[in-house]
Amino acid sequence: MVYVELLVSTLTQGLIYALLSYGVYITYKILDFPDLTVDGSFPLGAAVTAVMMIGGMNPYLVLVVAAIIGAVAGLVTGLIHVKLGVRDLLAGIITMTGLYSINLQIAGSNMPIDRSIDTIFTAAPTMMLFGDMSLMHRKFIVSIILAVIVKLLLDLYFKTKSGLLLRAVGDNDILVTSLAKDKGTVKIVGLVIANALVALCGSVVCQEQRTFSSTMGTGQVVFGLATVIIGTTLFKRMGFVKGTTAVMVGSIAYKICIQLAINFGLPANLLKLAMAVLFLIVLVLGDRKKGGASRA
Amino acid sequence: MLELKNIRKVYNPGEVTEMCLFDNFNLTVDEGEFVSIVGSNGSGKTSLLNIICGSIPIEGGEILIGGKNIAKMKEHKRYQTIGRVYQNPAVGTCPNLTMLENMSLADNKGKSFGLSFGINKARENFYKDQLSILGLGLEDKMQVKLGALSGGQRQAASLIMSTLTPIEFLILDEHTAALDPKTAEIIMELTGKVVKEKKLTAMMVTHNLRYAVEYGDRLLMMDKGHAVLDKGAEEKKHMQVEDILDVFTSISIECGN
Repeated sequence: MVYVELLVSTLTQGLIYALLSYGVYITYKILDFPDLTVDGSFPLGAAVTAVMMIGGMNPYLVLVVAAIIGAVAGLVTGLIHVKLGVRDLLAGIITMTGLYSINLQIAGSNMPIDRSIDTIFTAAPTMMLFGDMSLMHRKFIVSIILAVIVKLLLDLYFKTKSGLLLRAVGDNDILVTSLAKDKGTVKIVGLVIANALVALCGSVVCQEQRTFSSTMGTGQVVFGLATVIIGTTLFKRMGFVKGTTAVMVGSIAYKICIQLAINFGLPANLLKLAMAVLFLIVLVLGDRKKGGASRA
Repeated sequence: MLELKNIRKVYNPGEVTEMCLFDNFNLTVDEGEFVSIVGSNGSGKTSLLNIICGSIPIEGGEILIGGKNIAKMKEHKRYQTIGRVYQNPAVGTCPNLTMLENMSLADNKGKSFGLSFGINKARENFYKDQLSILGLGLEDKMQVKLGALSGGQRQAASLIMSTLTPIEFLILDEHTAALDPKTAEIIMELTGKVVKEKKLTAMMVTHNLRYAVEYGDRLLMMDKGHAVLDKGAEEKKHMQVEDILDVFTSISIECGN
């Protein structure tokens, strides 16, 4: 029984963090832009969530506002990169570093949310639909719904003209220029959507854990990149599986790996080290399948 | 009509490697003209095309299209009226998108890319018709990703894509150079056909002197930023490959090649 519960909570984690993976999928896989803003926009989403929740705002509305504020973080990185000509990696680092202070300004180093405040898992509409379930199962159901809705919206977006152009710019930005479109603007749009998703993920995590901590962003880029690579590598031979589905599975698989490591007695202090090693393994194995390792 | 007036282009200005390519360069291309441009490496052929398209900045001069100076216009804005096929077949298409998606992108050139559906199924037959002109069977590969096609097939597709919407100029930048002789021949024939049918103004840079003689109604030879040879339609009709080869060789000897 305890194992079933552990599995459900691990799956819940994987589904919630899939929102972040979608964002990294857009920047890393579609735009070919290693966006480090994530380490800052994830806690940014959580920080504004904690403040707004304590201020008594509707928890569902909080999700929307957090996503919009995350979008602004993406916009900043995009403008630094496109308009000021700073390299992609550095543009993300600048925003991420600045956001650390901003997050501290917003919510301090720690901000717990009191049990009396309703989150998306305990507020009225959720209780009306799934009120007879235990909190754990309710969290599970809500995260499935969130992960699937966002996935379907993204799939739909990728089929629009704007989405097609976004996919084209990562594939071949010269072609986008010759279509009389500004490739810089398209990249900014991608960064905006991606960081909105990351901040949305931060908001859900904050509501789920009922706390914000200024260090919760550390390692989120590595997590996101690893899940994207796990997901896309797993389903590489299955063309019909959409990228968004692949990274959702990647996110779940990743969380299961980490949970297993903890169950086998990995001390919490070594968690980030384990994450880094897992990422390295994924990178090397993913590359090997591409035939990349043959150059060594 | 395209006019280049007093163009000045300096590479690496202010550095030890500073090199002045164009100084007071002038060129007028009439509407509907198909200009073939030849010249040795570093003679300024591709730079000329890049200057027209805005891919590289210039230090002075005017670029007039229909009397309007576009020298300050951003590169992507200029492509509203310009289509371009590059030397590298990988540059003209998106490898991870299907033929249908690539054609849909090209079809929407110059329009806004909003939230309506990217692929218009009603246009699929039109795309197939356009691709069937090539005679390469590409019309049956609508769901195939472009990355899975050969260089020649991709180059053929990018020629169709760049001329799918109404444009005024077609820029061909050594677009047959990376292809095998047979495919190059097919692409070249097709280029001639497309330019004629769509009544385009075209500028083609090529290293193939035979193509330069056979195609187009004007021939330019560039050397160190100057047009050393400029033959109009009448003169060009009587030209042979040997004639330009002689000029070409004499230039090369001066350069010490």
